[in-house]
Amino acid sequence: MTGQARTVFSRVVAAVGGGGLVSLLRTRTIVALIALLLAFVAGIEVARPGTVNALWVSNMMLFAAPLGIVAAGQTLVMLTGGIDLSVASVATASAYIMATHSALGVAPAILYGLGVGFVVGLINGTGIALLRVQPLVMTLGTGLMTEGMLVVYAQKKMAEAPRVPQFIEDLGAGKLLGGIPNDLVVWAPIAIVIILVLRRTGYGRLLYAIGDNSEACTLAGIRVWRILLVNYVTCSLLAAAAGLIIVGGTDSAELSLAEVYLLPSVAAVIIGGTSIFGGRGGYSGTIIGALILTVLNSILTLLDVPEPVRQILYGAIILLLAAAYTRLTG
Amino acid sequence: MTTPSEAKSSVRASTAASNMRLGPRLRQSLRRYPSLFFMPALLIASLAITVAVHPQFSDFDLQSLAMGALPLAFAAAAQTVVVISGGIDLSIGSAMAVANVLAASTMEKASFGESLLLAAAVLIVGAAIGALNGLIVVLSRIPDVVATLTSGFILGGVALLILEKPGGGAPQEFLNLGAGTLFTSWLPNALVLLVVAVGVIWIPLCRSKLGLQLYAVGSDRIAAFRSGVNIDRTRFVAYIFSGLFSAVGGLGLTMTTGIGAPLAGVYYTLSGLAAVVVGGVSLAGGRGGMVGPVMAAFVLTLIPTDLIFLNIDPNFGQVIQGTLIVAIVMIGGFVEARNRK
Repeated sequence: MTGQARTVFSRVVAAVGGGGLVSLLRTRTIVALIALLLAFVAGIEVARPGTVNALWVSNMMLFAAPLGIVAAGQTLVMLTGGIDLSVASVATASAYIMATHSALGVAPAILYGLGVGFVVGLINGTGIALLRVQPLVMTLGTGLMTEGMLVVYAQKKMAEAPRVPQFIEDLGAGKLLGGIPNDLVVWAPIAIVIILVLRRTGYGRLLYAIGDNSEACTLAGIRVWRILLVNYVTCSLLAAAAGLIIVGGTDSAELSLAEVYLLPSVAAVIIGGTSIFGGRGGYSGTIIGALILTVLNSILTLLDVPEPVRQILYGAIILLLAAAYTRLTG
Repeated sequence: MTTPSEAKSSVRASTAASNMRLGPRLRQSLRRYPSLFFMPALLIASLAITVAVHPQFSDFDLQSLAMGALPLAFAAAAQTVVVISGGIDLSIGSAMAVANVLAASTMEKASFGESLLLAAAVLIVGAAIGALNGLIVVLSRIPDVVATLTSGFILGGVALLILEKPGGGAPQEFLNLGAGTLFTSWLPNALVLLVVAVGVIWIPLCRSKLGLQLYAVGSDRIAAFRSGVNIDRTRFVAYIFSGLFSAVGGLGLTMTTGIGAPLAGVYYTLSGLAAVVVGGVSLAGGRGGMVGPVMAAFVLTLIPTDLIFLNIDPNFGQVIQGTLIVAIVMIGGFVEARNRK
């Protein structure tokens, strides 16, 4: 054990020993989150010995990646004090439009999919940043619009059945030689870039600043609307990208494909310690939040309970986690 | 001391004065509640458009309009109470689904009398669901958007648990409460039910101290607190009323569709919120009334109907709904910004 590690260790012990467990969790919430994640994993291993192995971990990563990517956009938006309720519709639309354009080739099809995200993000951003509509209402409206348009589009395109290209299938369900899921190869760079941008760049600082006090930012001469516009476009693009991975995993483009991702995308951010009122949090917490939710899902699948019960338990545990978290950080 | 004649003349003068003040007062209330004027106009306009594109508009069309708008109007009413108190409830659709399947699965073989008792039980369950939502929001301090989004998810599971697939039923007399007509075929029961239910629940509420507290908490929480309003209790009560209205909406869904469907409610959360926004209730809280959202529910129901008459894909209705919400909020923000100057 090196000297530095020892001091850190002794400080942790001192904090815990001194009745400071709560204060430790309060200042280092990520520690609490990781502990919770490990507790969940341990719980699985105790209940079903032998479940947790390399394949299981690799599968968890595979399932967590699309959620992590949607939640990445949600984190960016929530840091500024907003919320994006259109992510699920955008992900579905992106996947569907990509699948119906697969005859053009993989790259153009993917561009079409991401294009959906870009357009919706631009509309969201314009409304919220320039016309000052509340994010909740704006994204609710664009979500409804996207969904409606998609249904109309799907009926027009009846003859041309959506087909998921092999490349997307590999992306959403395949694994590399070492068991590393392909979608992790997409998620990891996104995660690194977002964490770096939030911690090291002026843009990242501005997101926190706007979330803290957007009025003050305006008075300080910051063009808040530009940041918000870019932010909402980024969020929708990430949702669109996640949609492509999701459809790769299920291999069939449906109109309710990504609906189930709306609640987890918000929950992962909240559990991950980002305040819905903005200005506080970060992406590393969201990553752990997404992993916790994925493992939770896996536990509930192992329990082998009927789908409605699973849904109830999932929601109840999210509520408990969010409540505990809100209490802890006050 | 004043003589009787003097007193009489002074009374007359004061009536005259109040008559004179009526003009500016009307204008003032219009400025304060633009939806008071705007919503009836919008409703009449959309009715006129419907009659224009579908000249053979009959009593049957009116009945199907009232039946179509009934659940949505209650969803809007449920949302309105919470939004006025400065909160939001994203679980309304699922709460309606629970009430809907609960009613349809228990009433299938019931007599009319029993079904009325069951309906009362469903209302109690609805209020209990609302109370639970209120407790979660008030006690856990989880932001209301997240808390009700999650509880809506849970309630969706509960609805599926009660009734896996669309089914069930209710006695014909009970269905007639929402599907039949009263006196003439131009007066659908659905309309009567809506007016009576909203009136019986809302009018006493908004006239009471509690109603005033709802508005106070919604418009300025700190000021309300300093005036001695119990904020937590008021928000809690708002959610109870939201649950109650959702349950009425769920019963309305049973009456108008005749069955219970565990997934039917999903649509009503977002559309109900759309009706609230279109109906002139400020999402910032503390402003708006019940008439606007209920009328907006009719307007939103008319849109897809008109599209069908015009031979346009009715699914554009959702697109128009989304556009309408955004446009109205934008116009509202614009007007407010101009008034402030």
